[in-house]
Formats: sequence, structure tokens, C-alpha cells
Amino acid sequence: MKARAAALSAGALFGVGLGVSGMTLPAKVRGFLDVGGDWDPSLAFVMLGAIGVHLALLRATRARRAPVFHPVFHPPTTARIDAPLLAGAAVFGVGWGLGGVCPGPAIVHLGAGGASAWTFVLAMVAGMALHGAARRALAPRPPLRAEQADTP
Amino acid sequence: MHISSSFTPLSALAGGALIGLSASILWWTHGRVAGVSGLLGGLVDRDGADRDERPWFLLGLVAAGALLLVARPSAFPSAHAPLAVTAVAGLLVGVGTRLGSGCTSGHGVCGLSRLSPRSLASTLTFLATGAATVLAVRLLGGGS
Repeated sequence: MKARAAALSAGALFGVGLGVSGMTLPAKVRGFLDVGGDWDPSLAFVMLGAIGVHLALLRATRARRAPVFHPVFHPPTTARIDAPLLAGAAVFGVGWGLGGVCPGPAIVHLGAGGASAWTFVLAMVAGMALHGAARRALAPRPPLRAEQADTP
Repeated sequence: MHISSSFTPLSALAGGALIGLSASILWWTHGRVAGVSGLLGGLVDRDGADRDERPWFLLGLVAAGALLLVARPSAFPSAHAPLAVTAVAGLLVGVGTRLGSGCTSGHGVCGLSRLSPRSLASTLTFLATGAATVLAVRLLGGGS
């Protein structure tokens, strides 16, 4: 119960931060990406604020062996800079530039409703499912289903 | 270089600080990286996300949208791109963020806060193709 409330509050705080910073406005995001045009550097300041706070607080929690509500931390599992990383980022960037919306603001838009918000999120989920299906189809078949994540 | 009159450094910094605080809370309480595409993708891939607290973070984002609509309606656009453009953009964002293991939040905020070279490579790449796309749309005269 407390765990769910903590996750819900963190999500709400994240969403309010996106709204306050202006990142729920596609025009503002595209204004940042439009470096040679009517350039709006706001997004860089959002990153600066977010990274400054997160970097400092990550250091403050480094002494902890485990998070409050879970047995283990789930840090990123790879540090490799490989083709899927770069290709994926490139494709994401095109979609981001086209719509001015990335996944966080897209979910926040759902709360405000409207056909545009639902269209974007449904298409995004379809893209994620498509990627999952392609990955499973291309992956070598495992002997047993040993892919259950998060069971230590 | 020309700086737009819509530049809002203070609210951008303040909103960013809230985002950084939220990412820190999720890490401290659940040990999860606050990458929205990763959290959502875990649900889509049914990797067990439905059994833990990850959907609640996403629900919090939705709740924030409803809250902002009442408290700060200027946070939402008054005009929208054609739905076909929106659908293509959403599809590319979905495929790209899963293939590239993250988006603006996972790589751009959380990864860079961890000083991860992998996230830096990702962030520079999506900034570059994003800027190229906006430029292409402007040059082609396509207003969306």
C-alpha cells in the first residue's frame, strides 16, 4: 500500500514537473530542436535542473544496500554502446521531432484527455509491441521459458 | 543564433528539479530508473511489471495530467497536429525507445545523472535526429 502510494506520488511529481517546465507543450519541445530557427533553450534548462537534483540525490542514497520497498536495486544492466542503442535513439528522435512529444508527456496528456493524446499513446504502445514481437521472432529459441524477469 | 521570446528559464529549471526529485524518490523507494518508455514497455512486454509498483508511477503521470488541466491549463497545447502525423510520431517513438532502451527520461535525465557514456551516446543521437527532423519539416514547409 505504502509502496504503491510512493510510486503514484513519484509519478505525479514527475508529471507536474513536466507540466511546470513546459515540456507538455509540443511547440516548446520543437522550439528547442529548431536550433537554427526561433530557438527556445528551455529544454536544456529542464535537463539541467533534473540532472542536478538527481545526480546529487543519487550520491546521497549510494550508501543504501536496498530500496525502501524492494529487496534489490535495478540499475541499468549494460553499458555497451551498440547498434540497437544508436538506431533506436535515431528512430526515437525522428518521432520526437515530428510530434514534439516523448513518452513522459504523452502519458501526462492522457490525463487531460483528447483524441490526439490517445492516438499518440496507442500508436506508441503499438510500436513497443511491434518491437517486442520482432525481437521474439528474431531471437534464438531458448530451451525453456527462462526469461521471467525480476525473480531473483 | 536567435533566442525565442518564449524561452522560460526559471520555470524550466523548477520543473526540471521536480523531475529530478521524482526520479530520486522512485530510485530510493523502488530501486527503479524513472524511464517512462522502460516502465511502459515492461507492461507491454509483460515482463512482470503488472505485478509490482511500476504501473502506479504511470498512473501518477496520468493523475498529474488531470491535475494540470485544472490548475495550469496553459500546460497543454490549444492546437494539435493532424492525427495521422501524431500516429506516425507515436509509432516511431514506441519502436525507437524500445530498440534504444530508453527515452528522454531514462537516458536523458537518469542516465546522464549516472554519468553513463551509453546514455550520452543515446541522448546526442536523438537530439541530432530530432533537430534534423524539425529542420526538415520547416524546410519542406510542412506545418504540423
